[in-house]
Amino acid sequence: MRYIRPLSIEDAVGQLAGSAGTAAILAGGSDLLVRMKRGFVEPDLIVDIKSIAGLSDIRETADGFSIGAAVPCAVLGENAALKKAWPGVVEAAKLIGSKQVQGRCTITGNLCNASPAADSVPALVAAGAKAVIAGPSGKRTIAVEAVPTGPGKTSLAKGEIIEAILLGKRSPRSGDAYLRFIPRTEMDIAVVSAGVNLTIDEHGVVTAARVALGAAAPTVLLVEEAAEALIGRKLDEAALERLAKVCAGACRPIDDKRGTIEFRRKVAGVLARRAATTAYARAGGK
Amino acid sequence: MAGIAVSTTINGDITEYLCQPDETLLDVLRDRLGLTGAKEGCGTGDCGACSIILDNRLVCSCLVLGAEAEGRRIETVEGMAHGDQLHTLQQKFLEHAALQCGICTPGFLIAAKDLLAKNPDPSEEEIRFGLAGNLCRCTGYDKIVRAVQDAAIVMKGA
Repeated sequence: MRYIRPLSIEDAVGQLAGSAGTAAILAGGSDLLVRMKRGFVEPDLIVDIKSIAGLSDIRETADGFSIGAAVPCAVLGENAALKKAWPGVVEAAKLIGSKQVQGRCTITGNLCNASPAADSVPALVAAGAKAVIAGPSGKRTIAVEAVPTGPGKTSLAKGEIIEAILLGKRSPRSGDAYLRFIPRTEMDIAVVSAGVNLTIDEHGVVTAARVALGAAAPTVLLVEEAAEALIGRKLDEAALERLAKVCAGACRPIDDKRGTIEFRRKVAGVLARRAATTAYARAGGK
Repeated sequence: MAGIAVSTTINGDITEYLCQPDETLLDVLRDRLGLTGAKEGCGTGDCGACSIILDNRLVCSCLVLGAEAEGRRIETVEGMAHGDQLHTLQQKFLEHAALQCGICTPGFLIAAKDLLAKNPDPSEEEIRFGLAGNLCRCTGYDKIVRAVQDAAIVMKGA
């Protein structure tokens, strides 16, 4: 096993692309080190990306925010501008693990770990976040929902690294929210979850919406029909009822010790309703 | 076997060591440097017994590689007392009997130190939330919370 700490993204990409055997990218390590400890993975090469310039920064740009791949979730919670613009994304990121884990874990890692139950991912998908990927053939930017392809699997090719997550600039009267169900009060993995992001007009009519569900399918689901249930309407009882029904129907969950299929379907709808209500209030809707 | 040469600062002292690429900082602290305050409970970041402060952030040292510590600043429980003078938190843990078997105690002390550094006047809820990454199977937590509350009062007055 080799451990390297490249100073440039080009060097990191080159090392990953040129490596024989298993290579792992290390940012916070809260997934990687656990997988190593349990013997699930034994990388031949560990590429620590924390010394690469810019990867530990949150930048506010003309287009919104760029969150470096190595920024710990605790730092997201300390960024007032980000919290104000994307409270749903930040509250989702803050749900990952304990304070100790918060000091290390990253939203990029949460995305690349590709767990269907990842907390930050439904919020990022609802937010329309994008991933900036550096690779051997240059850079590309894709929607975050295109990164995970199944439990533990991503669409990233050999040598590719997500260097940042982009969140757009907020339109006026916009809000987002994320909710999950866990049987405890804190520090657990989502049994099912929902992220909602919406924009309303001056009359409180929803003009744009994105709804995402977590732990409801092999990957986080972007439910377009659920967004359609909201767009063009005020968030009245009928719209919420329709939203819940569509979300329950869109789920393709598994039965396991944490929840049954029936339970996950029902609760996905309930959480989507509640998250939509919070997002609507944050957008200034009454 | 040769290792990775690391130079870091631990409790204010510049410290150098060699470690293997897959060696955790917890193992380096305990097995190479003799700093056995941080404990391995789970080894997977769930119990907090190995908590340390790394560049002002509370982390589980079992989830950090020894090699990552290059150029960084580490605080462990060994740095809390000054000679025979216990840190207020340590004193209050004793007074409130906030420990039984003691395995979780160094992690709690470091986590509480980090908590009070960032929030000198926490509510009970904030203390419970702030220490939720540290597991204790003996005390039931109430005594720990009271010790931290008492320490906060003393430390504010200091």
